Amino acid sequence: MIMTPQDYIAALPLGIVAVTAFLVLLIEAFRDGSVRVTSWLTALGLAAAFFVAMTRVFGAAPGTAFFGMYATGAFPDLMTAVFCVSGILTVLLSSAYLGKEHLVQGEYYAVLLSAVAGMIMMAAAADLVFFFLGLELMSIAFYILAGFARGRLMSNEAGLKYFLLGAFSTGFLLYGIALVYGATGRTAISAIPSHSLALAHSPVFVVGLALVLVGLLFKVAAFPFHMWAPDVYEGAPTTVSGFMATGGKAAAFSGFLLIFSPLALNALPTLSDVISLIAAASMILGNIVAVSQTSIKRMLAYSSIAHAGYILAGVVAGNRMGAEGVIFYLAAYTLMNIGAFGVVSILESGDGTGVTYDECAGLSRRAPVLSGLMAVFMFSLTGIPPFAGFFGKYYVFAGAIGGGYTWLAIIGVLMSVVSASYYLRLVVLMYFKEGTERNSSVSVPAASLAALVIAAIGLLGLGLFPSLLLQLTAWCF
Amino acid sequence: MEQYIPIVIMIGVGAAAGIVFTNINRWIGPKRPSEEKLSTYESGMEPVRSARERFSVKFYLVAMLFIVFDVEIVFMYPWAVLFRQLGMFGFVEMVVFIAILLVGYIYILKKGALQWH
Amino acid sequence: MTPDTLLTLAVATLLLPLCGFVLMIFFGKRLPRQGDWLSTSVIAVSLGMAVVILAAKIGSYGGETLTLNFTWVDLHNVPLIGPLPIILGVAVDNLTAVMLVVVTLISTLVHLFSIGYMHGDIRYSRYFAYLGFFSFSMLMIVLANNLFLLYVGWELVGISSYLLIGHWYEKKSASNAAIKAFLVNRVGDFGFFLGIAMLFMTFHTFGLREIFEGIGAGRLPFESNWWLTAAGVLLFCGAVGKSAQFPLHVWLPDAMEGPTPVSALIHAATMVAAGVYLVARIFPLMTADALLVVAYIGAITAFISATIAITQNDIKKVLAYSTISQLGYMIMGLGVGAYSAGFFHLVTHAMFKAGLFLGSGSIIHAMHNALHHENDHATDAQDLRNMGGLRKAMPVTFWTFVVYTLAICGVPLTSGFLSKDEILAGTLAFGGMSGHVIIPVIGFLVAGLTAFYMFRVVILAFLGDHKDAARFSHLRESPMVMTIPLVVLAILSVFVFYSFNPFDASDSWIVRAVGRPDSVVPPSMAAPSTEAFEEAAHGLHGTAMLLSLSVAGIGVLFAFVTYYWRKINADAVASALGPAYRFLLNKWYFDEIYQAVIVNGTLALSRILRWFDGNIVDGLVNGTGWVTRGISSVSGMFDTYVVDGIVNLTGYLSGVGGLALRKFQTGRVQSYVIFAVLSVMVFYFVFRLI
Repeated sequence: MIMTPQDYIAALPLGIVAVTAFLVLLIEAFRDGSVRVTSWLTALGLAAAFFVAMTRVFGAAPGTAFFGMYATGAFPDLMTAVFCVSGILTVLLSSAYLGKEHLVQGEYYAVLLSAVAGMIMMAAAADLVFFFLGLELMSIAFYILAGFARGRLMSNEAGLKYFLLGAFSTGFLLYGIALVYGATGRTAISAIPSHSLALAHSPVFVVGLALVLVGLLFKVAAFPFHMWAPDVYEGAPTTVSGFMATGGKAAAFSGFLLIFSPLALNALPTLSDVISLIAAASMILGNIVAVSQTSIKRMLAYSSIAHAGYILAGVVAGNRMGAEGVIFYLAAYTLMNIGAFGVVSILESGDGTGVTYDECAGLSRRAPVLSGLMAVFMFSLTGIPPFAGFFGKYYVFAGAIGGGYTWLAIIGVLMSVVSASYYLRLVVLMYFKEGTERNSSVSVPAASLAALVIAAIGLLGLGLFPSLLLQLTAWCF
Repeated sequence: MEQYIPIVIMIGVGAAAGIVFTNINRWIGPKRPSEEKLSTYESGMEPVRSARERFSVKFYLVAMLFIVFDVEIVFMYPWAVLFRQLGMFGFVEMVVFIAILLVGYIYILKKGALQWH
Repeated sequence: MTPDTLLTLAVATLLLPLCGFVLMIFFGKRLPRQGDWLSTSVIAVSLGMAVVILAAKIGSYGGETLTLNFTWVDLHNVPLIGPLPIILGVAVDNLTAVMLVVVTLISTLVHLFSIGYMHGDIRYSRYFAYLGFFSFSMLMIVLANNLFLLYVGWELVGISSYLLIGHWYEKKSASNAAIKAFLVNRVGDFGFFLGIAMLFMTFHTFGLREIFEGIGAGRLPFESNWWLTAAGVLLFCGAVGKSAQFPLHVWLPDAMEGPTPVSALIHAATMVAAGVYLVARIFPLMTADALLVVAYIGAITAFISATIAITQNDIKKVLAYSTISQLGYMIMGLGVGAYSAGFFHLVTHAMFKAGLFLGSGSIIHAMHNALHHENDHATDAQDLRNMGGLRKAMPVTFWTFVVYTLAICGVPLTSGFLSKDEILAGTLAFGGMSGHVIIPVIGFLVAGLTAFYMFRVVILAFLGDHKDAARFSHLRESPMVMTIPLVVLAILSVFVFYSFNPFDASDSWIVRAVGRPDSVVPPSMAAPSTEAFEEAAHGLHGTAMLLSLSVAGIGVLFAFVTYYWRKINADAVASALGPAYRFLLNKWYFDEIYQAVIVNGTLALSRILRWFDGNIVDGLVNGTGWVTRGISSVSGMFDTYVVDGIVNLTGYLSGVGGLALRKFQTGRVQSYVIFAVLSVMVFYFVFRLI
């Protein structure tokens, strides 16, 4: 066996993130409490990984490294960039939020970096076993992050719940991988499409894939495996919720695109039908329950179930357009959802209580900049042009129509209309209602503001010039 | 189905053996209990209070860390056996692996997780 | 210069003002001098690049069109349409190159002038930021080679116009004027939007060249000639709104509430000319019928606003109506087929009309300061009747103002003479060829009216003696930063920059560079060809020149007789003409008619609906209620026992269901797991059954 330097270069973004995680841990060990250094180091490491990944996306041909374990090419690098953006925005938002919640600890950043490393491994997996390793690395980091506010009961509950259900779903996933291996004798992801054609009627193989599907559906919080999401997102520290809902979801969906690739799905029409039903149910449940929420954080949690449904429509489309749409959607969703959670994290009072709709009444007078940014995120989440959310939805639904799932696209559009009621209600409250608190102006920390502005500019940029990203996604498949 | 018959017999024998061995002394042994015999065995010491009490969390911490490092060390056995075949690749990978472990070790050391007080 | 370099320069010219805007809006207040130098230098650099582009374009590329396209977004397979990449881009042809220079030049001069005029304003930096934003949007219109970007720029100039008209939004009249401008423009833009939509539905592209090629290949909207005419007229609706043409001209006079340099830049020289530019851009797809509509709208507008201008006393209002009238001239010129002449007039008009507005700004500035000195807040600084004798106090303003006035009246040796003469010759040719003689008649009549009202302004403002000696002693010439732009514009109003022959513009470089494009409409629908038209126009040049000079001379003479020598008493004439005078003074009652018909109509409709709601619907409801009460007492028994029973049963059942659901919603992990496992089993069976 011979290992070449090319292998390590292929995994350079992963290496950068992992080494940064170790450095952060060591700094925390030797210089207890120097979080200013660690937070900036974290952002720097993620930014470096982002730039390395982005420089390699254009024109990259797919390949493998580390003896067929690690996939290279445009797709893993582009997804790496998405994870890194998610991580950077979370770090920028966290520094002020952690201070407010008295959670300042350097380990936070080390764990966050481990999670990003896990996500990169998932997107760069060329083998089911490697994918599983990445998934576990990410998930374990998430369990810790969800329960990071140790003094708060809600956070403890979130961490424990997420851990128990995560372990449960891991069981499904692992059993599924074992069955797939048992049926085919291989764990290479690239072999799945051909096996799907050959073994479309083999119960062991199909059930194995179905169990892998269940495990992934847990991670993306799709109906009927969504029940943990509202509790966990509400209980976890808000910045962590934003991170889990974006980076974590993006990583799980990159698993979808790898394992349930258009080729594999076209060979297994029944599996596609099951996914399409789940997508429709997620859209309907997420949106309808979100309408009746009073807490913004919980509304965002339910809406993230709905968004999982939209993205699944792109997966189930089983064509190039749908798959590219999924990547575009994930990038846009990362920006807008972290932005929305970020605004909530700034508005929170620091005693662990969330922000309700009523508290946002008249916010535009107390915090004009923050309200403007929140309005951008809400418009984008609704899918109103010229923000990126619109094109995400367009490609996903158009892909679904192209794949013969017109009914799914119709449900998606109808449910987007429903979603306008709770997203835009917030905008209406902020701008057209008088608030009870008149005088207290909201102070926005500089780093958090920077994160929100980056997210808003990104949404506008991708909304005005979607080809910036689409010419990169075109290289992914 | 016929090829499964030995397995069924095997399961039956195994279950029987387990049940028999765990209960055989209850069935055939003499029973003469006394206070001394029923008390907790503490290597000849007199038990002074109930065994059910709260331990310091440090026991768990140390136990957990022990298991973590113990399990990681297990990974070195197959590596050592195949060291020659794996060559340079195996060596580099193991150095990376140990370096990662070392970072964790330094971290717990500096955080005082191994200090009793 | 390679085409790539040239296009890169063009894009840089476009984006520089945008960068300036972004910097100014965020950091303007913190910069030294509130950043006026930044905005001004940014636009000056743009001007320099525009000049380079113009020289290179005309010098080395002749009539070629340089295009830079990019795929804005690839919508892939759109249901019902098929593959649909949306390709946008910029293009530089001679028309664009000339417009680039005009826009950046006027913008630069207005920036300079504003440094003096807006000195000490409360929102000084924001004002300059908006100017930059306007320049960006306007350049986007100029550079766009497709209807999409054109429309985006179109709306953006509308927004910047709205913001700048309402710059002093504390003044109720200013904020009302801003809203009026915005709403009236919406009406025109709606038509524009429909036109774009119609063309996009047919050709699946926004690119103008592709649309022209499609029409040339015989593809028509809805397969009909009639719809092609309709598309042209709908697109022209946008121009009607933006260029303040009849019947949507009412917003422009009110827009004079904005700062005077803004009036010069946006509401005289560039934005309102965008409508003319739009017609020039879409000229190839205009059918003969559509062009006839264009010509008549232009002629009507020119006439109406010229008559109104005679009676106005506010110096800016006179200039505003004069602008509308001149825009009507250009539109008329394009409509009759005098393409180059119409565009040529746009360029010359931009120079002298911007000069006239800046000159009036200089006067208002001086008057305002003088009145301020005297603590006089009652006298209107913009009213011509309060001026007089300014020639002695403000020589630079006076002499430059005279040059502009000569230019707008079409006196030889000025730029205005060249372009106006071309248009008038075109109308004569058109009248002769098509029989629509009313158009040349209006053309010459308006030329006379223009000379009259413009000299009225000059005489009332500058000649004679000032009414108030004390105030006169405080009147000062404006500072250099304001007079330099005036002088530059006055120099640019001389013939030599456009044509070396002061009496014939057919050799002018602009006319040569901006040739009339070939029509793509089916021959049966097309206007007379360029050759036929030019042949007709050529022989009529001498006639047109003599006629226009004589009507202008008569107009000037009447102005002097009435207002300088006072042989005719203007007030006596006004009272003798009574109703006619009031009709003109009140601007043909357009605002009142719109108020009565549209605004009150809408209100009346809503009142009718409310009455309908209150009486008929409520009556019905009440009646129904009465009937229902009768029935309900009968059915009460039924209700109590049967319906209540069912309702209670439903409530009970949903309560049970809710309880069952709540078992899963309590937040207990066990129930979540059970739910998930149950679902897996359900899916498993569905899976097997399918």
